[in-house]
Amino acid sequence: MRTSSEIDVASAAGRAEQAAGATHPTAPRPHGPASASLAVRAEGLAKRYDLGRIEPYGALRDSIARAVRAPVALIRRTRGAPSDAPARVVWALRDVSFEIGHGEVVGVIGRNGSGKSTLLKILSRVTEPTSGRAEIRGRVGSLLEVGTGFHPELTGRENVFVNGAMLGMKRREIRRKFDEIVAFAGVEPFIDTPVKHYSSGMQMRLAFAVAAHLEPDILLVDEVLAVGDLEFQRRCLGKMQDVSRAGRTVLLVSHQLGQIRRLCARTMWLDGGRIRRFGPTGDAIREYEAATIAGDDPAPGQCFVRWELLGSAGSGHTLTDSRRPFTIRAHVRLAQDISMGHFGVGVLDEDDRVLAGWAFEPISLPCGRHALDTIVEALPLRPKNYRLSFALFDRGNNLTGGRLVEKWIGVPHLTLDAPPVGHPQDEWAGVLNVAARLETSSADGGVGPRLAAAARSA
Amino acid sequence: MRSRSAESAALHVVRPTAAWGLPSFREVWQFRELAYCLVWREIKVRYKQTALGAAWAVVQPFFTMVVFSTFFGRLGRLPSENLPYPLFAYCALLPWQLFAFVVAEASSSVVANQRLITKVYFPRLILPIVAVAVGVVDFGIAFAILVLMMGYYGVSPSLAMWTLPVWLLLAVAAALGAGLWLAALNVRYRDVRYTVPLLIQLWLFASPVAYPIAIVPPSWRTLYALNPMVGVIEGFRWALLGTRGVSLPVAAVSAAAVAAAVVGGLVYFRRTERVFADLV
Repeated sequence: MRTSSEIDVASAAGRAEQAAGATHPTAPRPHGPASASLAVRAEGLAKRYDLGRIEPYGALRDSIARAVRAPVALIRRTRGAPSDAPARVVWALRDVSFEIGHGEVVGVIGRNGSGKSTLLKILSRVTEPTSGRAEIRGRVGSLLEVGTGFHPELTGRENVFVNGAMLGMKRREIRRKFDEIVAFAGVEPFIDTPVKHYSSGMQMRLAFAVAAHLEPDILLVDEVLAVGDLEFQRRCLGKMQDVSRAGRTVLLVSHQLGQIRRLCARTMWLDGGRIRRFGPTGDAIREYEAATIAGDDPAPGQCFVRWELLGSAGSGHTLTDSRRPFTIRAHVRLAQDISMGHFGVGVLDEDDRVLAGWAFEPISLPCGRHALDTIVEALPLRPKNYRLSFALFDRGNNLTGGRLVEKWIGVPHLTLDAPPVGHPQDEWAGVLNVAARLETSSADGGVGPRLAAAARSA
Repeated sequence: MRSRSAESAALHVVRPTAAWGLPSFREVWQFRELAYCLVWREIKVRYKQTALGAAWAVVQPFFTMVVFSTFFGRLGRLPSENLPYPLFAYCALLPWQLFAFVVAEASSSVVANQRLITKVYFPRLILPIVAVAVGVVDFGIAFAILVLMMGYYGVSPSLAMWTLPVWLLLAVAAALGAGLWLAALNVRYRDVRYTVPLLIQLWLFASPVAYPIAIVPPSWRTLYALNPMVGVIEGFRWALLGTRGVSLPVAAVSAAAVAAAVVGGLVYFRRTERVFADLV
C-alpha cells in the first residue's frame, strides 16, 4: 500500500506534474492548516457513479441487445426522435479540495450519501476518482468492517497473518506484534481455534486488533466503532488516541458526534458530495447540527428530522440507566396531514435484528412540525450501540395498505452506556443486561453451602 | 521501525488512470507477501474438513484417466500412438486439469473476493495469479503419479523432458489468458459463472486429451493449434513420452494464440480493474 505505479518518489516531480496537469484550475483555495508538513492534499476530487451501471450486475444479453439496437438508436437520434432516458448520473463527490497536516485527527461528518465513504475509498485507492487528484504522503491503512477477509475455516492465528498481509503488513512485522495483537483482542485461549467458532464480538476484536497494530502513517476509519460493546469501543478510542499521539494522521468517519468531538481537532462536513464546512470541530458540528435541526440539510426523506432522549435516564443520544423510564423524542415535519396512521419505533442491533419494537395506531397529525415522544419503561440491553428505526404510515399500517410516509434509521445511533451486569465474557453475556444473584442450598438437608464447600475442601 | 518521518515517507498520487495499458507488474511484486498469504490460505482451506485432504489433487485426474481408458481406450479403441492408453491419457490430463482449474478459479477470483476488493487496495492481478499458483501446486502432486506410472509401464523420457518447463509455462499462460478475460467479464456479467463450466467441458473435447493430434487431418492441424491446449498437450506428450504430435508450426501457432490471449487479457483486465470496486 505504500507504493504504486503512480508513485512520484521525488516530491519535486509531483509538484511539476501537478502544475502541468491541474484538472481544476478554478478550484477554490483548499481548506487547510497553515503547517507546511502535509499528509493529504486533495484537489478537485470528484467521483461520478453512473447508476445505470451500478446495478448489481448486468447480463450479457442486455449488452448484446444494446449493441444490436445501437444503429437503430443512432438513426432515431439523427432524426430528432427522443433517445432512451438519459443515464442517471450521481456525483458522490464534487470538487473536493482540502489539506490535512501530518499528525492531525480529522473528523468527517455528513448525512448518509453525502460522500464520506466515497472519500475514504478514494484515499485508500479502493476506487479511482473520476477527476481531480490527491497526494498522500505515507502508508495508508484502513480499519475494516468485522472480519473482512477473515476465513471461517482458518484459526485465529492464521487469520491474523492473512488479514495483516491484506492490510499491507509484512510477515516479519506481524510476527513481532503477534502477542500484542492477541492480547489486545483478548482471545488468547482461542487463538488456535477456527474463527467460525468465535462470536461476532470476538471476530470484531481480533480484526480491530490487527488493524490497530498496523501503524500506518495515515489511518482511515469508517464507522467501525459503531459496533462492539462499549468497553471495547473505549479501548479502540484509546488506541486511536495513541495513534494520533504517535504523530500519525487519522481520518474518522462517524455519525457519533460525541466521538468526533472527543477525538478530532478539525472536522469536515460533507453535504451532497461537496465540502460544506471544514474547520474547528466545535464550529463544524454546531453548524451541522443547526442545519439538521433547521431542516436545511436535505435528508432523503423529508419527514423525520432528528431524534433525542429525554428524562433522567439519559440525554442526547446516550442512555445511562437502562432500568428506568425514558423518552425517545422524534422530531417530524409533515408536508401532509396524517389520519388513522401508524407510528412504529424499533431498536435494532448491528445485524439489524429487532430487539424491541412498538406500534402506535391509529394516530392522526395535522401537517407541520411535531415531537413524537415514545415513553419506554426500561431497555435492559447490553451496553452497546443500537440503531433506532422509525416508521410513519398514513391511513393504516404496513399490513393494511397504509401509505408509507417515511422509514428512517435514526442518526446518530442510540448509545447504551449502562454498567454491564451480566457474564463478563462477551460470548456468554447475551443480549439482555439483567442482574442476577446466586443462592445455594443443599438438597441433602441441613448442611449450609459454606459448610458443604468446606467439607469438600477438607 | 515504521516511524519514518513524514518527509521521508513515500508520496502517492491518487488520480484517474489511463484507460489503456498493462497492469503494473512491479506493484504485483511489491505485494508478493499478500499473494503468498492468499495462496497459502487457499491451499490450507481447500482440504479442511475433507477426509482425503491433498489426495484430492490426484483423485480427479486419476479417475478421469480410468474412465477415459475404459471407454475411449478399451471400448472405443482410440489410437494412442503405440503407448499404453492410461499413460497416454494421464500425461495429457495433467496439463488439462491445471488449465481447467486455473480458468475456473481465476474467472471467479475477483467476484469471490468482492468484500476484499471493496475494502482494501492491492493490485487486483494478484487474484488470478493466486489461482495459478494453487493450480501449479495441485499439478505438482498429480505429477508424482505420472512418474510412478512411467516407471510401471517402463517408459523413460528422452532429453526432450528438459523442455517440460516450457510447456508448463505455456499451459499456465493459456489458462491465465482465458482466466483474465473471464474474471473481468464476470464482474460485469454474471453470465460468466454459467458459461465457464460449459466452456471447459467443450474445450476438453476440442483438445487432444483423449485422442492424439494424429487423427486430425494434417492440413487442419495448424488451424487446430489455434486452441493453445493443442500445443501444450502434444508438447507434454513429446517431452515425457516421446510422441511426435507436436511440430514447429503447431507449437508456434499455439504459442502465438497464448501470447495474444494473455496480452489482450491483461489489457482488458487493467481497463476493467479501475471500476471493479464500483461494479462488483
